[in-house]
Amino acid sequence: MSRIVILGAGISGHTVARYLNKWVGKQHEIVVVSPNAKWNWIPSNIWVGVGHMKEEEVTFDLAKVYGKTNVDFRQAKALSINPEGNADSASPFVTVEYTKAEKAGVQENIPYDYLVNATGPKLNFGATPGLGPEHGHTVSVCTAGHALEANKKLQETIDAMKAGENKTIVIGTGHGMCTCQGAAFEYIYNVDHVLREAGVREMARIIWISNEYELGDFGMGGVHIKRGGYVTNGKTFAESLMVERGIEWITRAHVNKVEAGKIHYEAMDGSYHELAFDFSMLIPPFAGVGLKAFDKAGGDITSQVFAPNGFMKVDADYTPRPYLEWSAKDWPSTYQTPSYRNIFAVGIAFAPPHLISKPMQSANGTAINPTAPRTGMPSAAMAKAVAMSIRDMLNGSEKPTHTASMAEMGAACVASTGSDIFKGTAATMTVFPVVPDFEKYPEYGRDIDLTFGEIGLAGHWMKYFLHHAFIYQAKLKPGWSILPD
Amino acid sequence: MSGKITNREPYQQAYYPPAPTGFTRYMRTSLIWQAIRFLVINLKILKLMAKSHH
Repeated sequence: MSRIVILGAGISGHTVARYLNKWVGKQHEIVVVSPNAKWNWIPSNIWVGVGHMKEEEVTFDLAKVYGKTNVDFRQAKALSINPEGNADSASPFVTVEYTKAEKAGVQENIPYDYLVNATGPKLNFGATPGLGPEHGHTVSVCTAGHALEANKKLQETIDAMKAGENKTIVIGTGHGMCTCQGAAFEYIYNVDHVLREAGVREMARIIWISNEYELGDFGMGGVHIKRGGYVTNGKTFAESLMVERGIEWITRAHVNKVEAGKIHYEAMDGSYHELAFDFSMLIPPFAGVGLKAFDKAGGDITSQVFAPNGFMKVDADYTPRPYLEWSAKDWPSTYQTPSYRNIFAVGIAFAPPHLISKPMQSANGTAINPTAPRTGMPSAAMAKAVAMSIRDMLNGSEKPTHTASMAEMGAACVASTGSDIFKGTAATMTVFPVVPDFEKYPEYGRDIDLTFGEIGLAGHWMKYFLHHAFIYQAKLKPGWSILPD
Repeated sequence: MSGKITNREPYQQAYYPPAPTGFTRYMRTSLIWQAIRFLVINLKILKLMAKSHH
């Protein structure tokens, strides 16, 4: 019997766990380690953030779901990995510290035969002074708890507008190196939607601020789609959506400090600006969760196993090259670490070889560019590929048997622009592949027939349907495995 | 000078992007059209997923 330890129970970690449980759960031991007691369908947090959903509708208790399976769930956070064991043990192990109240602070070494790092990101609010709900002046929708608080402050802002006060609302990214613009993009339109519902839209100035070079970049270098007899860049449609709703925008911005009611940011030309606000939701930059790695003698090998940003190195080509020499082949496909055949990293936890968008710097040398997204559909696809590879390696394969390169897979993103069963809309966007491949698709880097976008009520129905389908699937209810990931 | 605004400032941020026509806005929430689009979008995403698996 082998033991597979999965660090993290988000979209990618839980996907690995549920498939391995289905395929090998009776023959092998599966341990899931997550510091959070609850699973969260993060794409719906934006609806919690405007009061259209409750926290219970986007989360569920992990222990209860894993209790129906052979998965051994440990509510704990991973601290370090000893991939070669230590002086006392030849078996590799991971050191965890329990976060569950009854065992809080207790540390334990959990030996493993296979390890999957799916720890997701550290929400690095500390990168920008004054950013974030805990020690700063802005709100967030990155967790269900954050979204609840965002809605509380939004409702207070709406009440003030109803009392006749004009308010400035700023939504976007809180640092020059953020990813996940999509969540802020959805949130700004949902805020606009609820202000209209409340009859106070004319009392609000709504402003988008982001580190994108142009609107619609989303960390993927933007997209080109066919529309109206032209192949047009997504920037055109993103700007159209903003103008239609009377939203202003600031791009190419690195937010470098937030004070009460005031955002400070640096522009690409090196100039510094201030932006007053009454309510602001800014996405933080992401970093690795700070896992350490040690060799058998106890030496620190963290810098060999992890990239400087804390994400785990996998089978990508990390050779530094100029932008014009980047290739789709740089991107990892099996997510196996180069030094240890029994360690994999999926979802946000793996280190991308480089950005997808072109790196840009301000006149002062400050990096202002979106980092590569690797959430949602791609993270589930790579998680399933890794689960299949581990299943096959447990059955005797020497190497990983399945691949899921972001340069060979597509992604669909349904971005809500207002929640209502008859009047709601959402922008449905697909890209194929996620990482442009200009050797295969020389003109736009993507298959223009599979890359499309449109806005409408159908998109809202899709988003609502996906919300329920994915939560049903994640709860392992009957027939979950026939639903697409 | 009456002070009455009778012209509009050009060359602003909102001056350039395309704006949807009334017909386009209507079709975005037309139940029949959106039911068709719902099926089309699902088929497109299924095609994309089929091409993504290795």
